[in-house]
Amino acid sequence: MTMLHNVNKSPFERNALEACMSLAKKGSKILLTEDAVIGAMDNTAVADTIKGAMNDFSFYVLGPDLQARGLDEGKLISGFTVVGYDGFVDLVAETDNVQSWV
Amino acid sequence: MAEPWEEEEGPVKKFMFVNRKAPYGTVYALESLEVVLISAAFDQDVTLVFTDDGVLQLKKGQSTDGIGMKNFSPTYRALEGYDVEKLFVDKESLDARGLTEDDLLVDVQVVSKAELADLMDEQEVVMSF
Amino acid sequence: MKFGILVTEGPYQHQASDTALQFCRAALEKGHEIMRVFFYNDGVNNATRYTTPPQDDRNVVDSWSALAKDHNIDLVVCVAAAQRRGIVDEGEAQRNGKDGNNIADGFRISGLGQLVEAGIQCDRVVTFGD
Repeated sequence: MTMLHNVNKSPFERNALEACMSLAKKGSKILLTEDAVIGAMDNTAVADTIKGAMNDFSFYVLGPDLQARGLDEGKLISGFTVVGYDGFVDLVAETDNVQSWV
Repeated sequence: MAEPWEEEEGPVKKFMFVNRKAPYGTVYALESLEVVLISAAFDQDVTLVFTDDGVLQLKKGQSTDGIGMKNFSPTYRALEGYDVEKLFVDKESLDARGLTEDDLLVDVQVVSKAELADLMDEQEVVMSF
Repeated sequence: MKFGILVTEGPYQHQASDTALQFCRAALEKGHEIMRVFFYNDGVNNATRYTTPPQDDRNVVDSWSALAKDHNIDLVVCVAAAQRRGIVDEGEAQRNGKDGNNIADGFRISGLGQLVEAGIQCDRVVTFGD
């Protein structure tokens, strides 16, 4: 079963993303929204951890939340897919289940 | 016509409640428990998972007079009466907090993250608060 | 697909309610059904009609009311959480001796069973919280 994991808290503020990655099954999809989108940027203190998980999970980031925070889509960790709210809906519909890490 | 006790039950889904927050600092532990009780009253297949600070919700010896809040930890002991018996606790989270199974106020299954991941994968509705 | 939405934070304090609104709009645009939006924990604060946000910013409460009206969506506020936080309709005001009520258009107060029912009946339940 493929699950979509939605993380909306920054990896610098909370351990939600870390907890998610420690419990998500390989092959899961992880979507970063709201303050979590900083986790999608390359050259941060957490970027290596995320890169190390790229083989296990598919990563997505909500474009409007990047733009709101002035984060450049051109500087994302390679392998992240940017989606809009419509893509968020598609991700929920296309996976078998969804879980939010709050 | 079927007798009332022969009527089919409604749909039963596997509900999981993921608890990651300590009690009292926020309301989530208490209000999540209220949803658990209602889910059980609806005869759903309920599993509770306690990980990260959520393991503290089950700590023995909670005494809340000093903070002036209601001690709701006895409710965890009442879960059995509602047929909610699938309580899983993340061993790593216990270890990280210097706790063991003996520190907990109800019977639980202490499991690894890998086992928790498998459990999560089986669920139909996963709620976190 | 039939969605159930759970909102557990109030307006403005967290982005959760905004994200939930945007998600709902996108889902409806794509032809999906929103069976119910259930407001729990501080999410019940999305249901007060007494907010007066600045004119140049979005009105979260009105946005939910409009969504409910335009698309016939069931907005349910948990009664226990609402009682704790002072979100009151006429019935609750009478029952609990309050001198007024503040529930916004399109919202109704009901029990947690409505959330569980959404879990049972919907294909997906998406949580927007903190």
